Amino acid sequence: MIEVHKLTKYFGERAAIRDLDFSIAKGEVVGFLGLNGAGKTTTLRILGCLLLPTSGTVSVDGIEVTVNPYGIRRKIGFLPDVPPLYPEMTVGAYLAFAARLHQVPGREVAARVAEVEEKTALREVHGQVIGELSHGFRKRVGLAQAIVHKPALLILDEPSAGLDPAQVIEMRNLVHGLRGEHTVLISSHFLAEISQTCDRLLVIHGGELVGQGSEEDLAAAMGQGSSTIEAEVRGRPSGMAARLAKIPGVSKADERDDSVATVFEIAASTDVRADVARLLVGAGCDLVRLDRSASRLESIFMNLTQKTTGGPQ
Amino acid sequence: MTAVWLIARRELGTYLRTMGGYVIAAAALFVQSILFNAIALGSEQSQLSTEVLSRFFWTHSGVTMTACILLSMRLLAEERLTGTMVLLESSPVRESEIVLGKFLSALIFLTLMTLAGIFMPLLILVHGKLSLGHVAAGYLGILLLGSASLALGLLASALTRSQLVAAIVGTALLVGAILVYPLAALVEAPLNDVLLALGIWHRHFPAFQTGIINLRDVVYYLLVTYFALFLSVRVLEARRWS
Repeated sequence: MIEVHKLTKYFGERAAIRDLDFSIAKGEVVGFLGLNGAGKTTTLRILGCLLLPTSGTVSVDGIEVTVNPYGIRRKIGFLPDVPPLYPEMTVGAYLAFAARLHQVPGREVAARVAEVEEKTALREVHGQVIGELSHGFRKRVGLAQAIVHKPALLILDEPSAGLDPAQVIEMRNLVHGLRGEHTVLISSHFLAEISQTCDRLLVIHGGELVGQGSEEDLAAAMGQGSSTIEAEVRGRPSGMAARLAKIPGVSKADERDDSVATVFEIAASTDVRADVARLLVGAGCDLVRLDRSASRLESIFMNLTQKTTGGPQ
Repeated sequence: MTAVWLIARRELGTYLRTMGGYVIAAAALFVQSILFNAIALGSEQSQLSTEVLSRFFWTHSGVTMTACILLSMRLLAEERLTGTMVLLESSPVRESEIVLGKFLSALIFLTLMTLAGIFMPLLILVHGKLSLGHVAAGYLGILLLGSASLALGLLASALTRSQLVAAIVGTALLVGAILVYPLAALVEAPLNDVLLALGIWHRHFPAFQTGIINLRDVVYYLLVTYFALFLSVRVLEARRWS
């Protein structure tokens, strides 16, 4: 789907990105991680055909950005960190405008707008002026304009930036719902969001790619092969920690009790949440929470971005 | 629907849905009415209708140039300031289509604004006669001068994200295009001939003002419009490299 080779962009004397090499397969959801100023937005803007590279090549479905940018833009939906909204337009009129700009046939525009409003929960504000909407709604309108023409590639730059925790969860669910319909490249500072949404990560630091692969791949490459899973069940079931420790891939299972529940802390080399859930539910436990600790991704991210350039790939 | 018309229609909607467009139109009509009363109709002595009409178009040209700067300053600068340019630049739309769409919307609004003031020359009919040919030629000149002024303003708007800076740069470009004519007296031939030929107002507008359409003047205004729009497109294209 996307092939990036030796991608370099200079602003004056300063290299914003240098010799980036990566590829993204069709249907993948890829997270783009990096500190502020690492070069994420520059890379996304080049992929979105907003900027031209100084050197290197970027192709989307075999089309080069420098050769046929118009051809590529038909296939792309782009949501920048600040949604490109016209405050004086209504939501419906704006989305219809965005659809027509992306060459959606006139007879399909109304249906596409209705469909995308349904998907992004914007039906109730269809006739409202964008300038009167809350920040969370505006972000959703921004996402809706990016998907209204059903692009093959969706580029989301900090889709959750500036949202409150409830809106972050809403946005995460929206993005999660796009899986399977688009190839998605998403940059975010919310590591939990990336961890839960993406198949693969690209970590950029100082304009260079310092790591790429799945969270497990990166953890393994850095000698952090285990992750912690927490499972909370009601009551105090006996002997479950020992049974959990026997699941393949689990190296350790501890339990701690509070007044009404038991929390199992499970260290595993792979993602064993499904196995844990099956075992607990099969044993008749009331499973009320099961999640993977984000601390591993934080640790990977900090390690990669604190290393000098040329770290593990 | 082509991208040019799509962009023009949205932009025209902005002029018509927000206060900005109405304020500019109202102010231009108010000033034009005052000038029409004071300068065109103001003489104590009896005047020929054609002289009144000529002075009307003379004052109208000044008001039109000023309005054009105000109408065009936001066209691209505001899109860059608010980040909405990203929507246009990430869509399958060429820079030339963006510039043409913006220009077309401003030209349509200017035309509507100009038509709203047509009652002024019609007032001449109360005490005099009116040559429709003179009126048509005068308004053609106003629209051609407006077209060139809007294109220069659009170029200024492409250069910056600040509307204020765009207005200052646009005014500088337009005043420069006006002042080349009087400044021609300070230089020798053949440069003075070139500067005289470039005078956007003293050289090319008076014929329209008096009801005469010279092909040379029409071509001049169209060329200024074309080059200013061409440079605006180049500025937008260059931004993709920076």
